[in-house]
Amino acid sequence: MQRIGVFVCWCGSNIAATVDVVQVAQALAKEPGVVFATDYQYMCSQAGQDLIGAAIKEHGLTGVVICSCSPRMHETTFRKTCQKAGLNPYMVEIANIREHCSWIHKDKPTATEKAVILGRAAIAKVHLNAPLTAGTSPVTKRALVIGGGIAGIQTALDIADAGFPVDIVEKKPTIGGKMTQIDKTFPTLDCAACILTPKMVDVSQNEKIDIISYAQVEKVQGFVGNFSVTIRKKARYVDESKCTGCGLCTEKCPQKKVPNEFNLGLDTRRAIYIPFAQAVPKVATIDPDYCSMLKSGKCGVCAKVCAAGAIDYKQQDELITREYGAIVVATGFEPIGMDKFDEFAYAQSPDVVTSLELERLMNAAGPTGGTLLRPSDGTHPHTLVFVQCVGSRCDGGEKGKPYCSKICCMYTAKHAMLIRDKYPDTEVYVFYIDVRTPGKNFDEFYRRAVEEYGVHYIKGMVGKVTPQDGKLKVQASDLLGGRQLHIDADMVVLAAAIEPDKSARPLATMLTASMDTNDFFTEAHPKLRPVESPTAGIFLSGACQGPKDIPETVAQAGAAASKVIGLLSKDALTCNPCTAQPDELKCNGCSSCENVCPYGAISYIDKPFRGPNRTTLIRRVAQVNPAVCQGCGACTVACPSGAMDLQGFSNKQIMAEVDAICR
Amino acid sequence: MSQWTDTIRQISGVDPRKCMKCGKCTATCPAYDHMEYHPHQFVDMVTTGRVEELMASKGIYTCLTCFACVERCPRSVEPAAIIEAVRLAVIRQQGGNHMTPDQIPGLLDEELPQQAITSALRKYSKGG
Repeated sequence: MQRIGVFVCWCGSNIAATVDVVQVAQALAKEPGVVFATDYQYMCSQAGQDLIGAAIKEHGLTGVVICSCSPRMHETTFRKTCQKAGLNPYMVEIANIREHCSWIHKDKPTATEKAVILGRAAIAKVHLNAPLTAGTSPVTKRALVIGGGIAGIQTALDIADAGFPVDIVEKKPTIGGKMTQIDKTFPTLDCAACILTPKMVDVSQNEKIDIISYAQVEKVQGFVGNFSVTIRKKARYVDESKCTGCGLCTEKCPQKKVPNEFNLGLDTRRAIYIPFAQAVPKVATIDPDYCSMLKSGKCGVCAKVCAAGAIDYKQQDELITREYGAIVVATGFEPIGMDKFDEFAYAQSPDVVTSLELERLMNAAGPTGGTLLRPSDGTHPHTLVFVQCVGSRCDGGEKGKPYCSKICCMYTAKHAMLIRDKYPDTEVYVFYIDVRTPGKNFDEFYRRAVEEYGVHYIKGMVGKVTPQDGKLKVQASDLLGGRQLHIDADMVVLAAAIEPDKSARPLATMLTASMDTNDFFTEAHPKLRPVESPTAGIFLSGACQGPKDIPETVAQAGAAASKVIGLLSKDALTCNPCTAQPDELKCNGCSSCENVCPYGAISYIDKPFRGPNRTTLIRRVAQVNPAVCQGCGACTVACPSGAMDLQGFSNKQIMAEVDAICR
Repeated sequence: MSQWTDTIRQISGVDPRKCMKCGKCTATCPAYDHMEYHPHQFVDMVTTGRVEELMASKGIYTCLTCFACVERCPRSVEPAAIIEAVRLAVIRQQGGNHMTPDQIPGLLDEELPQQAITSALRKYSKGG
């Protein structure tokens, strides 16, 4: 018989206001095996932990039940407390009477009754607990960063700086991400390329960093410290080791009419291309959708002009499998499509552009060489209307996103200011719902746009844009002025909402990392663990976790790197001893468990068993690798003969809990 | 807040508190120049309980019920549905039923679609 101690926590008023904690302790004291029961204001505090330790020693406790918050919050705390007092840490059970009880109930008697029942279930489980010992697993001292934008670049540089090798997987032919397309950055107006391209060069020159560009993660296996990742490096039909990046092929290629994605389709490129002059790696890539040699076998101009002999039309996709200790997700964002916003005439007029398109139109390396010209006729625009929150802050539905995209207020102020600065003959209107500028020097920046540069900020929204006689007729509201405005504009700029990159969702599935309803990666704790995924060994960097500007992205990238460095500095990790264990005598070798195991922890062996009359039988039985098993329990459910059991969560223990609840 | 706020919410099935005051409805409205109050104001007046003022306004009858505001509202507030509810509230207040089921047989004729009579009954009878 176990000697069980019950400790009921008030959690200040979090629990005590809704649950009669004294009554819970008294009721649980009467349960079989309970030799001590008490309540305390903050069980997780030092005084509370001392109380538990003292009771273990004084009453010779063999099991402990703590009625408190979720085990996700303090299970580790209390396990350590009990271990210090000489008890096996796996003899501790948590009854969650906060999240599962006090926070979701209003009626005190009902909540108290439920708290007693939850405590009773935990006591029933402790009766069947057995001491467990955690093993260790080794750590592969190499990190993988998925995404080569500013987030991935910063994370990789910081990890490499600590001496650990890092691979960056980038799906585009070059690293750099969205920041390469941006002209200037708020609120200091430094040139994005001037601050980003040196970092890209640092990455390429760093011996610890390996850039795997034009590639995507295809398969992820393993667990924290021991991931095995398969990466598909797409055929670029150019030998990276031979190409010098001279660019001659990109000038001679006869296929000139390929929409240039780097300039968001505002101009064209060739079928063989280098995205931009500062690309890293600076290697040409053939676009198989447009190359006539690859499509019909006729052409071969690039191969003829390439002095390095780097063109290889027969190149195949390459699969690379590597081992990593940690994985950082830095997949970033993209602006949402504007096709659902007919009222802004985006599809009807080339002079209605998104803000990212405007970046290209204002960039010295863009299609207009940095001179702002109307895409329709190449003339200088005089009246520009900016529309904020296009697709942000929408009430569910198909059209937009429920969240604030966060960066639009600032980049719109930047655009408006730069245009007024460069072209003082322009009138610039910004229609806003709220101007949100909480950041260092951000509000000052926006006020400068209004006060120094005379940008017309109007509280209201654009209702419709009608292209007519070479102008864009803009109908809008001026809520503070109590007017409906009609503006003849030359260009309309839409601050499109941003959403996670499309590759994020399938990647999250591969990583078993959780996401929110908007497909942003979820952090392990929204305040205290903001750069870790709830899945151990997976870290988050940049806009894949939520909308972010560049300074925040860089800060988070560094934070993610420090977490990775912390992990990779360890030689071994303590494993979770709550792993599956098969009963070989019951196992019938059916492979059901092997098929459902998401971690590949189960294999089968042929094992000799002693049969009747001194015979030996060879039977096929399941074997679990405890270093790989994550204790999810899928196999215990799948096993038809009840041979598979999870240590610490055995079928018997769970049934005992159910019985205690139903009693 | 007046009793009317709840009535309007009930009739229209719309929650005016979802409004974030962006003004896209008013920006969209083709009847803007003929209105005393404008779509975003309808919503605000219902939220803040100034429904009686709205009911007394002639402006509510200049709404064309074109539903442009409903289509473009990013928060699914449906200002046109609110204004329709205000117009109904005026009718209901003015003295009970304007139409009873008994009158329907007398109104039926070959020209008039039956649906129009059903709609009229719904609109002009109390407690719908």
